[in-house]
Amino acid sequence: MKPAPFEYHAPSKVADAVGLLSEHGDDAKALAGGQSLVPMLALRLARFDHLVDLGRIDELRGVERADGVLRVAAMTPQADAERDPTVAASVPLLSRALPLIGHFQIRNRGTIGGSVAHADPASELPAVAVALGAEMEVSSSSGTRTIAADHFFVGTWTTALAPDDLLTAVRFPAWSGRVGFAIEEVARRSGDFALAGVACAVALDPDDVIERVGLALLGMGPTPVRARAAESALSGASPSDDDVGEIAELAVADTSPVDDVHASGAYRKKVGAHLVRLALDRALAEARSVRA
Amino acid sequence: MFEHDVVLTVNGERRRGRIEARKTLADFLREDCALTGTHLGCEHGVCGACTVIVDGRAVRSCLMFAVQADGADITTIEGIGPADGSLGPVQEAFRQEHGLQCGFCTPGFVVTVQAFLADHPDPDDAEIREALSGNLCRCTGYQGIIAAVRAAADGGAA
Repeated sequence: MKPAPFEYHAPSKVADAVGLLSEHGDDAKALAGGQSLVPMLALRLARFDHLVDLGRIDELRGVERADGVLRVAAMTPQADAERDPTVAASVPLLSRALPLIGHFQIRNRGTIGGSVAHADPASELPAVAVALGAEMEVSSSSGTRTIAADHFFVGTWTTALAPDDLLTAVRFPAWSGRVGFAIEEVARRSGDFALAGVACAVALDPDDVIERVGLALLGMGPTPVRARAAESALSGASPSDDDVGEIAELAVADTSPVDDVHASGAYRKKVGAHLVRLALDRALAEARSVRA
Repeated sequence: MFEHDVVLTVNGERRRGRIEARKTLADFLREDCALTGTHLGCEHGVCGACTVIVDGRAVRSCLMFAVQADGADITTIEGIGPADGSLGPVQEAFRQEHGLQCGFCTPGFVVTVQAFLADHPDPDDAEIREALSGNLCRCTGYQGIIAAVRAAADGGAA
C-alpha cells in the first residue's frame, strides 16, 4: 500500500511554501504532521503531484500569549501544546481537548494547524475553535488575512482555504473571569473519532448569569455545528438543572447526523444531547466555583 | 526526479539512502536498512506495529515519509536492547509477564512502552492503559502486556 508518486518540497520559509502552493495550485497539498494526509494518500483516497512539507519551517512552531489571545503556530505538535503550561493557563479547553486526539504517538507528529485545516467533522480542535471564537491566520501570495472559525469550516474535510492559502496559526481567545469549560465525547474505542461530542465554554457575571457561551457540536454534521438556539437560550440566563436538560435537547434539535457503520444518526443525536447536558453541567459548575 | 538523498542515524549508525519521496520511514528501515524488526500491520496508522522512536518521540513509521526523517535520530526495536543481544528491561518484563504470544505486534509495543516509561517513570494503571491504546494485539487480551509495563516501571526500566 503506497501513495502515488509525488514531488516533495521542503521549504524553510512560509513565503516559499506559499509560493509553491501558488505555483502548483490544485496539484499541490501542504503536508503538516501527516497523521491524516498520509493515510489518505496510502489508501489512495487522495493523490497530489506535489507535497509541500511544512516540517522544516521553524517560524510555524511555537505558542505565545499576548493581548488576551493565545497564538498557536500551525506546525506546533499537539503533544507540545498538550504539555505547554501557557496553553493550560490561557485556553484550558484546548488543553483538555488535546488528549482526546488519537493516541500519544499520533499527537507526537500531529499538529494543531494540521488538524484544523484537515477539518474532519468529528475532530476536536475545529469544535474548540468554533466554541471559543478562534481566528485562523492565513497566508497566500496576495498577503495575510484572518478568517473567523465560524466561517472557516465549510464541509467535510473542506475549509475556506483556497489551494494557495496556508494556515499559519490559530488564535484562540483566552476567556477570563468566571469561566468554565468542558469537552465531552463518546467514541467506540479510546483514540477513535468521536461518534458525537461537544466543546463548551461559559462565562458568568458575579450573579451567576451567563454573559457569554460557546457550544460547538462535533460528529453531528459535516462541520463543527454551533448550537445557536441553545446559546441564545443560555445567554443572559441563570439556568436551573431542568433548564439545562431542555437546552441540551434544543442544542441537537436542528442537527441531522449521518447513519453509518459505527452509529445511527438517531443514536448520535441522543448521545449528543446527553453530552451537551454533561458539558454544560461541568462548565457551569467550574465557572460558579470561581469567586466573583 | 522524485528521488532524494537522505542521511539518518538509526540505532546510533549513520544510514544513507537514495529514495523515492513516497517511501515511508517504515519501508526505508525494512528494505534499505534491513531492519525488519519494525513490523507493518495496517500501514495506515491504526495498529501501532510500526512504532519507532524519532528524535526521542514514539511515532508511527508508516505515517512518515523517510525523506521527512532526513537528519533525524531513529531508534527501532533492534536498538532497544543492549548491544550484546541480551534483552532490555522492557523486553525482559514482556517475557516474564507473558506480554506476547505470536509476537507480531510486540516490537511496536516494546518501543511504545520504552518511550512511554521514559516520560512517565511512575505511571498509574489508567496512564498505562491510555499509553497502550494506540497499539493492537490480537493474541494476548492485553492483560499480560499491562502487567509487563507495570513490572518494567516497578523495576525502573526507564
